[in-house]
Amino acid sequence: MTSSTYALVSDRLVLCAMVVYVLAMLSLAVGSALTSRGRRRAAVADRLPSAVALTAARGATVTVDRGLPEPDLHGSSPRSAPGTTRLTAIGTSLLGLGLVLTVAGIVARGAAAGRVPWSNMYEFTVVGVAAFMAAYLVLVARPRTRVLLAAGVWIAGAAGLFLGLALTVLYTPAAGLIPVLDSAWLVIHVAAAIVAGGLFTVGAVASVLHLVQLRRERRRGVGSASSRAETLEQAAQTAYTIAFPIWTFAVIAGAIWAENSWGRYWGWDPKETWAFITWVFYAAYLHAQATAGWRGKKASWLGLAGYLAFLFNFIGVNIWVGGLHSYAGV
Amino acid sequence: MPPDTRLDTDLDHRASSSAPAPPPSEPPSLAPRELARWAWRQLTSMRTALLLLFLLALAAVPGSVVPQEGVDSTRVAQWQADHPRLTPVYEWLGLFSVYDSVWFSAIYMLLMVSLVGCIVPRTRVYWRGLRAQPPRTPRRLDRLPAHRSFTTDAAPEEVLGLARERLRARRYRLRRPTDDASDEAGDGSVSAERGYLREAGNLVFHLAIIVVLVGVAMGSLWGFRGSVVVVTGDGFANTLTRYDEFSAGPFFDPDDLEPFDVTIDDFDLTFIEEGRQRGMASQFRADVTYRSSPDAEPEQRELAVNHPLSVDDTDVFLIGHGYAPQITVRNDDGSVAYSGPTVFLPEDTTFRSFGVVRVPDATGADGERQQIGLEGEFYPTYFFIRGEGGGPGTAFPDARNPVVSMLAYGGDLGMDDGSPQSVYLLDKDALEPLTDDEGKPVRVDLALGQTVDLPDGLGSVSFDGLSRFVKLDVAERPGQGLALAGLVVALLGLLGSLYVRPRRLWVRAERTDDGRTLVSVAGLDRSSGGDLSGELDDLVTRLSPTPQTPQEQTP
Repeated sequence: MTSSTYALVSDRLVLCAMVVYVLAMLSLAVGSALTSRGRRRAAVADRLPSAVALTAARGATVTVDRGLPEPDLHGSSPRSAPGTTRLTAIGTSLLGLGLVLTVAGIVARGAAAGRVPWSNMYEFTVVGVAAFMAAYLVLVARPRTRVLLAAGVWIAGAAGLFLGLALTVLYTPAAGLIPVLDSAWLVIHVAAAIVAGGLFTVGAVASVLHLVQLRRERRRGVGSASSRAETLEQAAQTAYTIAFPIWTFAVIAGAIWAENSWGRYWGWDPKETWAFITWVFYAAYLHAQATAGWRGKKASWLGLAGYLAFLFNFIGVNIWVGGLHSYAGV
Repeated sequence: MPPDTRLDTDLDHRASSSAPAPPPSEPPSLAPRELARWAWRQLTSMRTALLLLFLLALAAVPGSVVPQEGVDSTRVAQWQADHPRLTPVYEWLGLFSVYDSVWFSAIYMLLMVSLVGCIVPRTRVYWRGLRAQPPRTPRRLDRLPAHRSFTTDAAPEEVLGLARERLRARRYRLRRPTDDASDEAGDGSVSAERGYLREAGNLVFHLAIIVVLVGVAMGSLWGFRGSVVVVTGDGFANTLTRYDEFSAGPFFDPDDLEPFDVTIDDFDLTFIEEGRQRGMASQFRADVTYRSSPDAEPEQRELAVNHPLSVDDTDVFLIGHGYAPQITVRNDDGSVAYSGPTVFLPEDTTFRSFGVVRVPDATGADGERQQIGLEGEFYPTYFFIRGEGGGPGTAFPDARNPVVSMLAYGGDLGMDDGSPQSVYLLDKDALEPLTDDEGKPVRVDLALGQTVDLPDGLGSVSFDGLSRFVKLDVAERPGQGLALAGLVVALLGLLGSLYVRPRRLWVRAERTDDGRTLVSVAGLDRSSGGDLSGELDDLVTRLSPTPQTPQEQTP
């Protein structure tokens, strides 16, 4: 195949992936709507003495299991309407298919351009979607962070949206590299930043759900620390904890590359500044998790602040601020 | 300080007890000693560290929005010209050099003090903890958050022996029986702990951050950085006077400049012709000859982006390029008053470039000494749009149709009084535009090879050829290796502090009334995210001679 055929195949694969993510989102949305309706009906049916027992038992289990694998707290409840778990399963499988298509698209793109396929904003976005989808699927397969299954709709929606933006606003035809990007550090620095970004995204989704769930539980008066909110928070923490050293490494690799090509390892270029701000927010998050009175809600806000800084660095700095990283190509 | 005190509140106060105690919310008394102690505790508390981190992130923001002196001084000047009323306020706030400002420095200095104040006592605690034994087995294992129990026919000693063997193999540290004779010999139990490297990684990470900052500080105190423009074919000797821009730390000694020199033999670049990146360089490199000292053998190599030249501790980077048209100014009698490649600095990515020609010793028609200045732009691929909003421009950065377009001035160039001047600007205080017969300023427009006469018998200007120049950055940053080493160590420490999971396990075996042995196993994770339950199940499976399902109990 010629490089233009590869380029065409890559574009089609990315388009297919986007469609698959949208289908996954629909399937997961219907699945979770039916589940929550089933759950509500079940709750009504249980408004008998047994409901109290159920709540008590559930609370107790979670207390015991702090630091243990979380039991599956949702989704596959035997009471939920028939077919809902199947819809959730289908949706999650579609996410896997979408990931395979995205990765295939990235590989084809690399073949078309004859270099690593992450050197402009279109490519960062596509690879970023693959990274965060992979991070999500890995985390959701682990018992401790299985609660993220509930975040599937948002994850699928975000993936579809990002790919849509990539294909319409950010699209750049496959091409070679300008000299300053022609370095082994491109592979390392940008790959690390993308992987960390994927995990940050999963973490951010979990943090948002955590805050929403926290408010919901407070309103309902469930109010105990050991709840679904806490499970979501732990899932977010897992994502951030994996992402943070990778992000640190990305920043260090960037500094080494900057030293190599611009003659200084740190120059407060806007991109560097925002990478630093992102780093400091996530560092604050990790410290907050170890500080009484900051764990939970406040920590989640810090994590979200870190994600906003990360997003601004990726989008805002490229579009509005400029600086030495401007060849990223909008 | 880092995230590992999560469960310290539960059973064990070893790490937390001598860490700074929770600060009282109000100063206890006004005695200076007490007050100082209170302030110190406040400063070194985690809450303060958290606040300072948050402030640090916020304080870094303005520097990415307002142009910075140290990053792009041209943009600062432009911004200040556009906002005359805000400028004094911004200047007073230090917003044009945020990262050197008092308030930014104050935040990170406080953060460093807070860090040291936290690290030192924790290192002491850790050192003591490292040499201490794992804690005594709690009396009631079933009170712990995760525990299992089962009965077996094996003797208690046998079970405990198996447990010790297993835990040792899993790299647990065991409490020595002799230290606690009553417990170990009596009803018999094993106390084990692992994951000491978490706190070690934590401490190493924070210490390494300080090392990194020391390395960075060394670079800015003893280092220098300069940039120099060299026309292809010319050379550059590393002396202070040769630099166009130069900044050095307060302890830098100009005599320490390495005595090397570099000659740019050839410069080669190719432009991308099509697509979105049209007009960007696809290849960009120079062949250079360099000598590390005047007596050294010349060596040749290629200098390119991402491939700097290192001479001893100094690095030379190729960071930019541009055009140097060869311009000759002749007197009316044909003698040469000025000749040579003249550097025109690029103004944007199209390589529309700006430059000046200064001719201090031209001869006027009457034979008197006359100074001439030319100032204007160079267009590599010239075009001209007529009419409203039109004007000259360049269609491509490569030299396809090079044109120089300058205005001519006569008078005093201001070079004679010895005051320093930029080579790239014309001091027009004592210069008058040369005018033609109609009184209009004389514009010298030259395509390659053309010559234009100046009015009043001042001679002629010709554009004879086109050279390129390269812009080199030269820097020496002592402490760079130290900073890098610090970063690597910090990263390793960070991995340890996040992924090593400290865990305590206890096994107790007691004889029951019916002559069997009741084995209780319990564990406590001192960080979140570990699979404690799995490890307990595994231990139970190993200790029970016949496979059996352990009873999980809930308190």
